[in-house]
Amino acid sequence: MEDFFVHLQFSGHCIYIYIYIYIYIYIYIYLEAKTFEQIQNSVWFLEWAERGAKMIKAVMVMNTQGKPRLAKFYEYLPVEKQQELIRSVFAVLCSRAENVSNFVEAESIFGPDSRLVYKHFATLYFVFVFDSSENELAVLDLIQVFVETLDKCFKNVCELDIVFNYSKMHTILDEIIFGGQVLETSSTEVMKAVEEISKLEAASNAITLIPKSASGWRSR
Amino acid sequence: MSGPSLMDSLFQRTLEDLIKGLRQQLIGEQAFISKALEDIRKEIKSTDLSTKSTALLKLSYLSSLHFHDMAFASFHALEVLSSPRFSHKKIAYHAISLSFHDSTPVLLLITNHLRKDLTSTNEFEVSLSLQCLSRIANVDLARDLTQEIFTLLSSNKLYVRKRAVAVVLRVFEKYPDSVRVCFKRLVENLENYDPQILSAVVGVFCELACKDPRSYLPLAPEFYKILVDSKNNWVLIKVLKIFAKLAPLEPRLAKRVVEPVCDHMRRTGAKSLLFECVRTVVTSLSEYDSAVRLAVGKVREFLVDEDPNLKYLGLQALAIVAPKHLWAVSENKEVVIKSLSDADPNIKIESLHLVMAMVSEHNVAEICRVLVNYALKADPEFCNEILNSILSTCSRNLYEIIVDFDWYVSLLGEMSRIPHCQKGEEIENQLIDIGLRVKEVRPELVRVARDLLIDPALLGNPFLHRVLSAAAWSSGEYVEFSRNPLELMEALLQPRTSLLPPSIRAIYIQSAFKVLVFCLHTYLMQRESTTSSACPDNLPSGVSASVSYESFDGLSVEDGGDAAVTHGLTSTSASMTDESIVNLLNLVEIALGPLLGSHDVEVQGRARNVLGFVDMTKLDLLNPSAQEEKGLERKEVEASKTIELMHDAFSEELGPVSLTAQGKVPLPDGLMLKENLGDLEMICGDIQLPSSNSFSFGTPSNEQKVGVSFSNLQIKEDFEQSNESTSLLAEHRKRHGLYYLPSGKSEIISNDYPPANDHTSQGNVNDNSDDLAKLTEESLFPKKKPNHAKPRPVVVKLDEVDEKPIAMKKPEAKDDSLSGAVRDILLGSEDVIPTSSRSNLSDKPSSKRRGKEKQDTDPHVESKENLVDDGNPNSRRRKHRSHGKERRHKSPRKKNAEEREDNGQKEKEKSTHRHGRHKSRQRADELLNVSPQTPVIPDFLL
Repeated sequence: MEDFFVHLQFSGHCIYIYIYIYIYIYIYIYLEAKTFEQIQNSVWFLEWAERGAKMIKAVMVMNTQGKPRLAKFYEYLPVEKQQELIRSVFAVLCSRAENVSNFVEAESIFGPDSRLVYKHFATLYFVFVFDSSENELAVLDLIQVFVETLDKCFKNVCELDIVFNYSKMHTILDEIIFGGQVLETSSTEVMKAVEEISKLEAASNAITLIPKSASGWRSR
Repeated sequence: MSGPSLMDSLFQRTLEDLIKGLRQQLIGEQAFISKALEDIRKEIKSTDLSTKSTALLKLSYLSSLHFHDMAFASFHALEVLSSPRFSHKKIAYHAISLSFHDSTPVLLLITNHLRKDLTSTNEFEVSLSLQCLSRIANVDLARDLTQEIFTLLSSNKLYVRKRAVAVVLRVFEKYPDSVRVCFKRLVENLENYDPQILSAVVGVFCELACKDPRSYLPLAPEFYKILVDSKNNWVLIKVLKIFAKLAPLEPRLAKRVVEPVCDHMRRTGAKSLLFECVRTVVTSLSEYDSAVRLAVGKVREFLVDEDPNLKYLGLQALAIVAPKHLWAVSENKEVVIKSLSDADPNIKIESLHLVMAMVSEHNVAEICRVLVNYALKADPEFCNEILNSILSTCSRNLYEIIVDFDWYVSLLGEMSRIPHCQKGEEIENQLIDIGLRVKEVRPELVRVARDLLIDPALLGNPFLHRVLSAAAWSSGEYVEFSRNPLELMEALLQPRTSLLPPSIRAIYIQSAFKVLVFCLHTYLMQRESTTSSACPDNLPSGVSASVSYESFDGLSVEDGGDAAVTHGLTSTSASMTDESIVNLLNLVEIALGPLLGSHDVEVQGRARNVLGFVDMTKLDLLNPSAQEEKGLERKEVEASKTIELMHDAFSEELGPVSLTAQGKVPLPDGLMLKENLGDLEMICGDIQLPSSNSFSFGTPSNEQKVGVSFSNLQIKEDFEQSNESTSLLAEHRKRHGLYYLPSGKSEIISNDYPPANDHTSQGNVNDNSDDLAKLTEESLFPKKKPNHAKPRPVVVKLDEVDEKPIAMKKPEAKDDSLSGAVRDILLGSEDVIPTSSRSNLSDKPSSKRRGKEKQDTDPHVESKENLVDDGNPNSRRRKHRSHGKERRHKSPRKKNAEEREDNGQKEKEKSTHRHGRHKSRQRADELLNVSPQTPVIPDFLL
């Protein structure tokens, strides 16, 4: 068959070549049965789907009383489960002394292959939960980046800023972490994007005011 | 007022109002929130999108930080999403990514919104929709939007492109077919010089490679280039993670990588990168001694650093390296042991693991001494952690590392006296287990048990009750080694035993019974020996008893046990005066009398047994003065016969029970097994029927003299027999593996274990502790064997389990072509593409022919194409195992291929149909099934 093909090629009948290639592909696929279903059934996709591959599993900010100030889970979890997780994380964190390591054994809370890194700033704990595809020290740096960005954004960030800027917190975090993957590690870049987004939001809200009032008048 | 009016929307609380209100509320948080939720439910029905979106934002807030379910608002979120305004969209996307999941009913309505935003010119809108997709994508969404993502993968806006790269991970996961479409562009992005894009792509590949490293081996040259060239620590960390996965699969790759990794290790100032290098070396490159030495050097720096994080990670790295290079741990022994008293519980536990990793036959005593001292000072949690690791390490593989059992038993006793000890159950098990398995240790065991029993303070600690029950049991069972049975009796019957739970109390009473019988028997023997010196006619049973005693004595002397034991024995018998016996019987009656009315049947029953026995023998024994009278003499004989009987019953030795004893239970009649496994019946029948004998161990005490030896013999025979038949069985299993249930392990193991209670074999082997070590080794093997064999039967059951064995086999099967290919790539210039590797790799004619065809095409494209279907050889290999599926798969494939032929035309059609697609759902599906494959076709054609 190979010779046959080469022969065709030399004869230069392009259309035939294409037809034959199609037939060939068809036969090839048929014989080898490289079906998509098989890929789908193949082990790693199944396993992966079960595990829900996420490098960073969750980000939490909570205060020293255990009140959550920001909670982001990169896999869907029912709210009750979220609450339970935050509670158990807090229970572990508040029992830890100052000046100990920033890593906590998290497999009992988040299941196998999970690590937890936290940092304590003033009244807040910043907690990142992730799996073996992240480096512990790098995530520690990432917390630093996150906090620095908040600091730039709110000018000397304090707990109240975080309490009252729910949307902005999420915007910032979303710039840094995208679907569980770390996308941006420079706080200036993050700031730039966040400012653009705020501008865009403000602009779109400014437009809204006019039509809204107009429609309001009309409806009267 | 059904619909919210203008007034509502004018005076609507914003999120900020809500937060402020929440902080100042006086009516209680829950009440305030439920009021707010009521408002939200009203507002969210508004036709005004601003009102709606504000309500949605508030709801998201309450859902995210106050954990109120927001599933009811999913349709409203979609409505807000349709708003043209960016701020509304943002709120809607946020709400959707918070609350949507695979079973949200309106999930599929989102497709067109997403598509619209994915093609938007505003990069932030695109980013929002990508973000949302990365969170909620399911099969349908991933399939329907593959085309858009494919386009975005080559977007010239970096901001968008890196997000598109990241979202690919989720799309691949949910809809593997998209690999064919997007993989090529994904790989193209690997060569991008923008660090952000590169970081995103490498992140995706890192995650992909974690799942199935082998498929990404052909990409190694690209990764290698990044490893050498990149300056970005994030990227380097990810690439190192990839290589940590790839290197074990391909030794030559490991060889190639080890140098750059070491370079990074020497040069870098970033601790994170340094640690990643160390981890890569210790996990995947541990054969390279120089690299390991360098890594261990760095670990040492970590260990002496005052930053607890580095210390912790250093200990972790040591723990990884320990199994292969124990020297690394011993070199840092001092630091590790010092870390045991660190303030940080993580560090303490990690160092504890390391300390336990160092344990060997020679230093076990020393290390345990140190650890027990630490445990005395430590907080309760860590104390138990220490005890637990000592117990589990020492008992590993049937006490493999213990040479001096006397020491270990006294250590167990000491451990149970540690105030925080909560490991009573484990200690109990080990005390009894050692007592059963190791004959020589019994005198010491009895001594330890006595010390525990005699201390009334211990009875008050509920965590120790289990230990005490073991102590009581062993002191009753091995009472012949006791120096002072009377003292033991007092300990067993002391008033504070009322603090024990009934089940353990019953054990105490039973032990007291054994001790009592022993005392009486000794007393009788004494008297007989005095009388026998007077009148030579002796009871035959008495002779045999004394013989058995002598053998016990001899044994304890032989094995070098201190002579005190024998001494103790003689002194015991000496101390059995008439008076002490009277006291003993009185004590029993006083202590157990009240228990006749106990509510617990166990306690009551056993107490009755003992008291009945006492009643029966008391009269005869307590009239020594009247001994000379003939009538009493006869009664006396009867009593002594009874005692003799009981004594013999109790001196029957108990052996350890095989873990797999359960496997010897004969098959119940009604079990379905026979139907499917008809051909196994003859083989199985041999094993299981006779082995029912091994359950006749509770030999009635009267026949025991004859019965024991007989049954032992029988067992031995059965045992051998079953050995043969199980080797047959094992062979059968090998051949017809797929008929076996995966957990059939016990059947194989059972024969290699001594049958339950087979104390003849036990006794032979247990002569000294070295032999015991051998025994443990022997019994270790059969345990392991089924573990090796275990994966095999599983292979057939499900594809899921397939992966491991394949991964193991592949290196051998494919080594020549594959490794050769990779070496070619790696040794050649970096621009060489995995093409050659590819054509080598697959020996099927088809790919060869494709390789030939493609030779005049752009090599890069080619390489990518190869990578695209790289998963396929695997899947084909897997397929061989699942013949059944083959047929089913063929037909859809056929259809697919047909569709593909007229793909070109349809694609044109598709673009026109794009907008009206959701109307004709069926059709759109068909088209979409085809459309993702369009980009692949050129590859096949070229």
